Amino acid sequence: MSAENRRQKAEHIRNLLETEGDSVQQNTRVFNEGRYESTAKLDDYERLKDEARAIKEDAIERLPELVDEVTEAVEANGGTVYLADDAADANRYITEVVDGRTAVKSKSMTSEEIEVNEALEADGADVWETDLAEFVLQIADEAPSHIVAPAIHKSREEIADLFEEVFDPEDPPETAEELTRFAREHLGEKIRDADVGMTGANFVTADTGSLALVTSEGNARKCVQATDTHVAVAGVEKVIPSVEDLQPFVELIGRSGTGQDITSYVSLFTPPTDSPTFGDEALESGDGRDFHLVLIDNGRMEMRDDDQLRETLYCIRCSACANSCANFQHVGGHAFGGETYSGGIATGWEAGVHGEDSAAEFNDLCTGCSRCVNQCPVKIDIPWINTVVRDRINRGKDGDLDFLVEGLTPDEDPGGVDLQKRLFGNFDTLAKLGSAFAPLSNWVAGAGPARSVLERTLGVDSRRELPEFERESLVDWFADRGSRVDPDAARERVALYPDAYTNYVRTERGKAAVRVLEALDVHVDVPAAGESGRAPLSQGMVATARSNAEGVYDALAPAVAADRDVVVIEPSDLAMFHREYERLLPTEEYEALRGNSYEVMEYVYGLLENGADLGALPGGDGERVAYHSHCQQRTLDLEPYTTAVLDDAGFDVATSDVECCGMAGSFGYKSEYYDLSVDVGETLADQFTTDETADRTVVASGTSCLEQLDALLTRRPAHPVRLLDARRDRR
Amino acid sequence: MSAESIATFESSLDEVGVECVRTTAGGFESTLAPLLDDPAVGAPLPFDGVSLPESVNADPTVAELEAAATGVTAAGYGIADYGSVVIQGGAAGEEPVSLYADEHVAVVGADDVLPDMDAAFDRLAADVREGAGQSIIATGPSATADMGALVKGAHGPMDVTVVLLEDR
Ligand code: SF4
Repeated sequence: MSAENRRQKAEHIRNLLETEGDSVQQNTRVFNEGRYESTAKLDDYERLKDEARAIKEDAIERLPELVDEVTEAVEANGGTVYLADDAADANRYITEVVDGRTAVKSKSMTSEEIEVNEALEADGADVWETDLAEFVLQIADEAPSHIVAPAIHKSREEIADLFEEVFDPEDPPETAEELTRFAREHLGEKIRDADVGMTGANFVTADTGSLALVTSEGNARKCVQATDTHVAVAGVEKVIPSVEDLQPFVELIGRSGTGQDITSYVSLFTPPTDSPTFGDEALESGDGRDFHLVLIDNGRMEMRDDDQLRETLYCIRCSACANSCANFQHVGGHAFGGETYSGGIATGWEAGVHGEDSAAEFNDLCTGCSRCVNQCPVKIDIPWINTVVRDRINRGKDGDLDFLVEGLTPDEDPGGVDLQKRLFGNFDTLAKLGSAFAPLSNWVAGAGPARSVLERTLGVDSRRELPEFERESLVDWFADRGSRVDPDAARERVALYPDAYTNYVRTERGKAAVRVLEALDVHVDVPAAGESGRAPLSQGMVATARSNAEGVYDALAPAVAADRDVVVIEPSDLAMFHREYERLLPTEEYEALRGNSYEVMEYVYGLLENGADLGALPGGDGERVAYHSHCQQRTLDLEPYTTAVLDDAGFDVATSDVECCGMAGSFGYKSEYYDLSVDVGETLADQFTTDETADRTVVASGTSCLEQLDALLTRRPAHPVRLLDARRDRR
Repeated sequence: MSAESIATFESSLDEVGVECVRTTAGGFESTLAPLLDDPAVGAPLPFDGVSLPESVNADPTVAELEAAATGVTAAGYGIADYGSVVIQGGAAGEEPVSLYADEHVAVVGADDVLPDMDAAFDRLAADVREGAGQSIIATGPSATADMGALVKGAHGPMDVTVVLLEDR
């Protein structure tokens, strides 16, 4: 990306933060909190998610067969099924059916995807969006910014102004209630006069040819009831085997999206239905209704054949991934870009239906934090899809080699990879060099001229403090010092994994971890293992990540082979071992490492549970602590270990509940995202500067969280393991 | 029906802002009367010994439907866990009547209150296979948050009342 493009992107994001940020933030956070509450009420949440996933896996596997089955069922009911190859094909068919008549539509992202309104209008038909949010966007001539609540970025005041401008009413509506009534009346007329009702379908059941529509307003029902031609538009992936299969989705979709236990209406239509339709004056028999189900491929069958993108088709478009995404919460879908879809999973959708170019830009906003992973009702590994698409985009570019950076970055990925990506993707090499030349390197990197070169050529924002490299790495320090616990008398023997940050930048947390483990009678070894692959992976450099992973495995293999535990300080690296390595290492190696690796505070917790002496560690003595866990650590459900250990050790712990710290890792260094990173970080900083938390010692588990908190607070944060280190105050 | 399901149904209805009144066939008319705001429209009720009072227009025009204050229909069954009623719309006009009036009064037989979604989907699937053209799982009034705050009564009714027929 050129400096100019970066500047424009930064400007665009700043602008959205100012204009749409507050509305989006308010709404998505209500949805998100609602989701936590509503799913907590389910006794069998995990089982329902597994069931939902299994149904989708099976349905996509058998898709061609199910499409045949649904076609038969719909035709037996008296309707028609049209299988459209792409948008143009679908629009041609729908235009013929509508035939210049007036159509009323309920919300459907699939119809946005094919831009059917434009096609119908070009053919002389009137088309009205009846979902109130879609109606607002239609008259404002804007694109949706959220898949479930498309006008989420608009405040009530803006909508009131818009209505006044467009309709010039005598008594302009102002309150939410008045605005709703006004729109209802306006659209009521359109519905009464329309000939064609268009809907999407959240699910289509193959056995009976039924459509399930999940709504709250009631407009979809009206669109179907009031008209005598019904056109339903759905992606082929919406077909599931049977009516019974709807059950887990009905219980999950509202909770996952807006945090409602269930939406007001879940309509199960098996058209053509016999419910009375509107004549000029009287209600007339609905027996003569015409029904068309348009099933759209538009790239989906290819996605089905694509081992990496296939999972995208399991998506039920509930929006949980967007609502739980800290970046989305702050800046909304219009920053995520894409032609139709927005938020976490949109990369997969855009890459599949509109092609990689459409996915390229906003794909960048996913930092791989993984907060969405557990929130997805069908358990899609959304960050992985983003990584894969990023990798493909990287590879698609022509190689314009810059030999200087190439020399600095001896990675496995092709020369076309963007220089900035390449810099962050090779953090290991950078850190090694930085450490070798410290403190000179720190001084150079911090100096004005060097910073502006970094900013101009690589887009490293000069407002962000760079990491300071230590002259002596953790591995070297440990090699000199040696172990202090006799291996034969030790309670356990472990390998401490020296992630690149701990090894070269934050060595103090590594040293603290060694001392704490030793205090609990553990024999520690610190093998010289390199960077986990997290850095290149987050730039979409999968080949480099794989070779890093292999290197790490080789370094840790002796410990793993001897059935020793591997203790990991950096949560994002533990997450690599537990999640991403499944895709990067041979199965046996992945399983061995996964089974033997633990987060450091989790490990301490385990030692204490198994009889280690808490008294060997310094007590907290009621010290007030504010703790921020880490995205990946929370996804892996590891946060409770840290809080439990600190509680037991006598600390008074308050925790943050924001989704994310604002990612001061590579994301926050990039000049195009610096403002967004800080904006997201402020939400966490706010939680740690309340009356209740302002005087607390701040601790955080992740490197990027520490960096971010360091930049935003006046107190210097530390890793929680340092609270347990007897030498805490005598560094 | 179990007493437990009925109790759960009532408390779930309460949570979604729906009033539930219990009655029997004999008491139906007097129970319904205070729930009707004029003009009222309705679809015929399929329960023995229960019918719509004279004042309810069972054959409305489009204009009468749109002007209706109350719409009375039967609901095929209730779902206790969620406080939902399943509106099975057919040729008799249950769908428009339950959708256009400001207030929807849904009449449910106590026997038809099912404990949960599992049970509801067994019934739904059987009904669909037997030709039920539409079944709406309706929970509370229609609603929208699109205009900047939660508003009850978007395109559909803003109020829902369930009349539970206990002698079924
Ligand atoms: S990816 Fe999962 S969480 Fe995101 S919209 Fe799809 S189903 Fe919902």
